[in-house]
Amino acid sequence: MSVPGCAKPAAVPLDVIRERGQREVFCGLTGIVWMHRKIQDAFFLVVGSRTCAHLIQSAAGVMIFAEPRFATAIIDERDLAGMADMNEELDREVKRLLQRRPDIKLLFLVGSCPSEVIKLDLQRAAERLSEQYMPEVRVLNYSGSGIETTFTEGEDTCLEALVPVCPQPPADAAQQLLIVGALPDIVEDQFRRLFDKLGIDNLAFLPPRKSSDLPSIGGNTRYLLAQPFLTATADALNKRGAQRLPAPFPFGAEGTTAWLQAAATAWGVAAETFREVTAAAEQRARSAVARYRFQLADKSIFFFPDSQLEVPLARFLHNELGMQLCEVGSPYLHKVHLAEEFAMLPADVRLSEGQHVENQLDRCIEQAPDLVVCGLGLANPLEARGIRTKWAIELLFTPIHGYDQAGDCAELFARPLIRQDKLAV
Amino acid sequence: MKLTLWTYEGPPHVGAMRIATAMDKLHYVLHAPQGDTYADLLFTMIERLPKRPPVTYTTFQARDLGADTAGLFKTACQEAYDRFQPQAMLVGASCTAELIQDDPGGLADGMDFPVPVIPLELPAYQRKENWGASETFYHLVRKLAGAHAPPPGSERPPREPGQRPRCNLLGATALGFRHRDDVTEITRLLQQLGIDIVVTAPLGATPADIARLGEADFNVVMYPEIADTAATWLQRTFRQPAVKTVPIGINATRQFIREVAELAGVDAEPVLASEASRLPWYSRSVDSTYLTGKRVFVFGDATHAVAAARIAVHEMGFDLCGVGTYSREFARDVRAVAKEFAVEALITDDYLEVEERIAELQPELILGTQMERHIAKRLGIGCAMISAPMHVQDFPARYSPQMGFEGANVIFDSWVHPLVMGLEEHLLGMFREDFEFHDGATASHLASEGGHAVSRPTAVADSDAAAAADTVNATASVAVAEATTPATQTDTAAAAQDMTWDDEAQQELRKIPFFVRGKARRNTEAYAREQGLAEVTLDTLYEAKAHYGNR
Repeated sequence: MSVPGCAKPAAVPLDVIRERGQREVFCGLTGIVWMHRKIQDAFFLVVGSRTCAHLIQSAAGVMIFAEPRFATAIIDERDLAGMADMNEELDREVKRLLQRRPDIKLLFLVGSCPSEVIKLDLQRAAERLSEQYMPEVRVLNYSGSGIETTFTEGEDTCLEALVPVCPQPPADAAQQLLIVGALPDIVEDQFRRLFDKLGIDNLAFLPPRKSSDLPSIGGNTRYLLAQPFLTATADALNKRGAQRLPAPFPFGAEGTTAWLQAAATAWGVAAETFREVTAAAEQRARSAVARYRFQLADKSIFFFPDSQLEVPLARFLHNELGMQLCEVGSPYLHKVHLAEEFAMLPADVRLSEGQHVENQLDRCIEQAPDLVVCGLGLANPLEARGIRTKWAIELLFTPIHGYDQAGDCAELFARPLIRQDKLAV
Repeated sequence: MKLTLWTYEGPPHVGAMRIATAMDKLHYVLHAPQGDTYADLLFTMIERLPKRPPVTYTTFQARDLGADTAGLFKTACQEAYDRFQPQAMLVGASCTAELIQDDPGGLADGMDFPVPVIPLELPAYQRKENWGASETFYHLVRKLAGAHAPPPGSERPPREPGQRPRCNLLGATALGFRHRDDVTEITRLLQQLGIDIVVTAPLGATPADIARLGEADFNVVMYPEIADTAATWLQRTFRQPAVKTVPIGINATRQFIREVAELAGVDAEPVLASEASRLPWYSRSVDSTYLTGKRVFVFGDATHAVAAARIAVHEMGFDLCGVGTYSREFARDVRAVAKEFAVEALITDDYLEVEERIAELQPELILGTQMERHIAKRLGIGCAMISAPMHVQDFPARYSPQMGFEGANVIFDSWVHPLVMGLEEHLLGMFREDFEFHDGATASHLASEGGHAVSRPTAVADSDAAAAADTVNATASVAVAEATTPATQTDTAAAAQDMTWDDEAQQELRKIPFFVRGKARRNTEAYAREQGLAEVTLDTLYEAKAHYGNR
């Protein structure tokens, strides 16, 4: 099948609007909402303020799970006034927590804006507590603070913290493929089956479902990023001698094939074998996606910066569904990790990095796109102006990677437009 | 440092946002890092407001910290003023900005805006949302109405002859529990009494309206958590008396009408005589006999908890088994009502403590917040909402006030709804092993909602959380496992308190309908302990039943 609209590959570097001002995005703490479901024996303890606790609770749609594997140790005035030793306080709360949850094997101390500003040394705290609780419980730390991380970057800093404790492979270890980025279990299983058929069976995932299954990382490791927001994790992996396989991201039929191809090439998989393994699945993805062309083709879409998934998704929606790209905003554009994506975008695409939300809203309203991808704070106000929206956070909470989710991914964008057609009120 | 799983209140600057968002032509510039904008979704998603909250966040980052965060604040202030042209501005800091001590008030003051700027000092490591709302409203009133204050010590001139009595309605905010509908209901009631409303604030007011507060003869404090401080200041400054009876429930509404009428010098009797509520009759109707003595646990903000406790006992004929609040500032009121009904008051903002108390008391109905709704689901207890914190479900499309006579109707319906109804309760009791009446089965009128968490896997997914629940991992099954374990734990936790049940007694216990089983277990074990028994037998179970009666 030909790919309309993808005729002229974009020149790199593309023209990018860079702005700063009010950012209407979550901080990295939000990543806990999905990471605590992914790593099933891990607990995330935010060391922060009431605002942090309130943020996670609100972002999580409030109280999904009976007893979540996350909590906040709320800093109070006694801590700040030096009347209480914060390290002693933290040790006490960790003790209380671990007594309550003996099933926890990995505890993350998660830094926040307040803990960063008062320079509370969570790394030392994690080392101290690890010494105390190992081997039953390992204690690590990372920052999810808004002054350092934007939304999905909380997953990045979390995975970065895992890399140093991943074991070293033996010297004669065979080449290993590592998939990096939290994926729904069902998607992991699909990828595992595909790689298996390609003959790539030395396969591991970061993060693992259980903290006891941390993959080994070393010179034999070739890794594919499953998410575009893993800057720090990639750096940490590179330091361990692992090598990134450059590829676009596995969204849509096209992206998934190219992503798999990157691994297949590194493993020297024969072209026929590759087509044999992927052709049917790719075709299935294309037909599933085609079902939504009717709603989406020639419709215009505007992305507010949110998850860093904007560029790959814009590429998918443009190339496979024929959508027109108004502006593709992202909190951060990683030149190297997105290089393959940029090359697949139309040359005249308008990218923006960072945010000045008021100016961006002006541009958005002026262009009156058919669909806007944005955060929860902006969605209803735009809807009230007659502009259809898609919540960006749902893209993190829904399986959208790979062939068999390509149709679901398209459906997420089609749904607001289908709904618009259905409603007669 | 304190470990918190869920929090009843947000930080104090969210309280300030509730004031700003309730009003028109007021703008709030908040010195805050990226991420604090999450608070917008409370208003746009939970309350479904069609507009963004009027808040500008400075969004400073780590690299700004050594540089010019103050400059960033000033730019944000200027841009916000130029773009939104407000009649007044609030300026303040969120928790992180409080630590960097840029002094937003001082900075904004130096910028000479042509409109009043109200600096807010809301200590985030000490105080919480409702306090923040109250403090914000107070400073707003002080600054804007204070400009028109009479000289100290001067008496309020008597009302002109022929002038209708006038009052202000104070306390309704954005993100409040049914505030919008309460305002409509109370406005109607006051109109019936022949009283005019000068200003309703903060909900729907502009800064110019706030400046006119002094024109009224008296104030109605709808929500003391928000408006008590401001009303006290108005009383002192403008000699405006305040009506502090909160008209939630029939009796409180009647008392409110009398109090207002007396202050306004109007006749309360015609309005009292035309009382338009079905609650008194519905409560007296024989159909409601089954409500008698239902054990009820109440938890919420102080205003709603106190009102709910009184309604539960006097207007519904329930037994109050416990009452509590997370509003420490108003703990005294809750302690007083607890004393009135001879129960223990629970003053805490620790969700786990509330959960523990409920598990221990095994009430038949919980009147609480969305937190208690969650506890109720897991313990298989009926639950109705009486207070914030808010859930999207607590903003119903229909008119549903809590205050006034219509409010009493709404309360009657919503509290009775979660209960298993009269005859059905008997049938459940008589045919305990009927396959359709098993534990997991739910009252017929609730069937579509499922009822008993343990039997209903989807109970973990609130409608708005559904997306999240079938998310990462597609771990519905994991979620269910996690959601159900604590329920089982609580079930066995009681038994684990060194009391064993022999097989026969255990089987008999299982025949007791689930919604009273907890009570039966608790009573039996208490009885056994009292009798110094180490094991519960079939006889112990029935001896305890005889001992306690139907309690």
